[in-house]
Amino acid sequence: MEYFIIIISAIFVSNIVLSQFLGICPFLGVSGKVSTAVGMSGAVLFVMTIATIVTWLIFNYVLEPFNITFLQTIIFILVIASLVQMVEIVLKKVSPPLYQALGIYLPLITTNCAVLGVAILTISNNFNLVEGVVFAIANAIGFGLAMTLFAGLREHLDLMEVPKSMRGAPIALVTAGILALAFMGFVGLV
Amino acid sequence: MNQWSNFIKGFIKENPVFVLLLGLCPTLAVTSSAINGFGMGIATTFVLICSNMVISLIRNFIPDKVRIPSFIVIIASFVTIVELVMQAYSPSLFEALGIFIPLIVVNCLILGRAEGFASKQSFISSLIDGIGMGLGFTFALTLLGSIREMLGNGSIFGFKFIEGDAILVFILQPGAFIVLGYLIAVINRIKKSA
Repeated sequence: MEYFIIIISAIFVSNIVLSQFLGICPFLGVSGKVSTAVGMSGAVLFVMTIATIVTWLIFNYVLEPFNITFLQTIIFILVIASLVQMVEIVLKKVSPPLYQALGIYLPLITTNCAVLGVAILTISNNFNLVEGVVFAIANAIGFGLAMTLFAGLREHLDLMEVPKSMRGAPIALVTAGILALAFMGFVGLV
Repeated sequence: MNQWSNFIKGFIKENPVFVLLLGLCPTLAVTSSAINGFGMGIATTFVLICSNMVISLIRNFIPDKVRIPSFIVIIASFVTIVELVMQAYSPSLFEALGIFIPLIVVNCLILGRAEGFASKQSFISSLIDGIGMGLGFTFALTLLGSIREMLGNGSIFGFKFIEGDAILVFILQPGAFIVLGYLIAVINRIKKSA
């Protein structure tokens, strides 16, 4: 039941993009087409889950015993950056088709604040490892959901007659605002 | 490029938020009030100035292949300083900004300036670029925060000028997207007619 609450609240109630404002850059940047949005979401799911496991282990078995938790920010970002590189190399060797699908999105993920954000939130919420993994996967699904919905909307938006100064980023932001309004309907679900 | 135009470009012409669309996560998340936006802006400005200075000083010693990780470590160190200082001297702001203080590390504005400017330019230019861009970012966040606070709470910097309720949605999440969208549209319009 506890896991169920974590999942529902991460995907719908406090959606990582539309309610927590993490990962806005890829959300606006690569949401032009549904297919790229799905690819990006897959890469995020992959990296976010591994990053959360690794940072959780480092925090609980290295930083805390040695009383150096103030180094959290530096260590986490380094771990994530090197992890992304490693995932890229391993994926290239082990599964070329998966690399083909996710490869170009991987370098972008290092500066995706959603990955670091979820790693930090897992620590600050005092989750255990299993809860952390569930939390990471649910957040990645929430990211994918918001991203795919938004990409679908933007594909339609391309065909519309938009006032000149609203073209591009402004209309995308207003659309995201309306989508966020829709997601606020889930508040109170959990 | 003379230093004055280097300084002033961050405000409108190359404003990090309105024109370059960098660092949008903290921009949207913390601007529910003017003071939060201002605090976030100042914290980011401090990190940006320090990292720009250090990176331009050591730019000739960093091997090209490991420059991004080195930049990230430099930025993360300054972010940790800000985190500790803010926790000690302004706990309420620390609480309000929450997770977005450590997330200054992945603010694309800072890494973008490090990679695109400080790693190529002299110390003085990088310092001025850091100050200009940082203040431009602070300006954008404070403006966005003020508008949202005025519409959503009927107050500005905590001074209430409307009794009773205002349009609450503007200080909630959707308001962030919508206000920023229209603000960018207005700036596009101004830039075109100018």
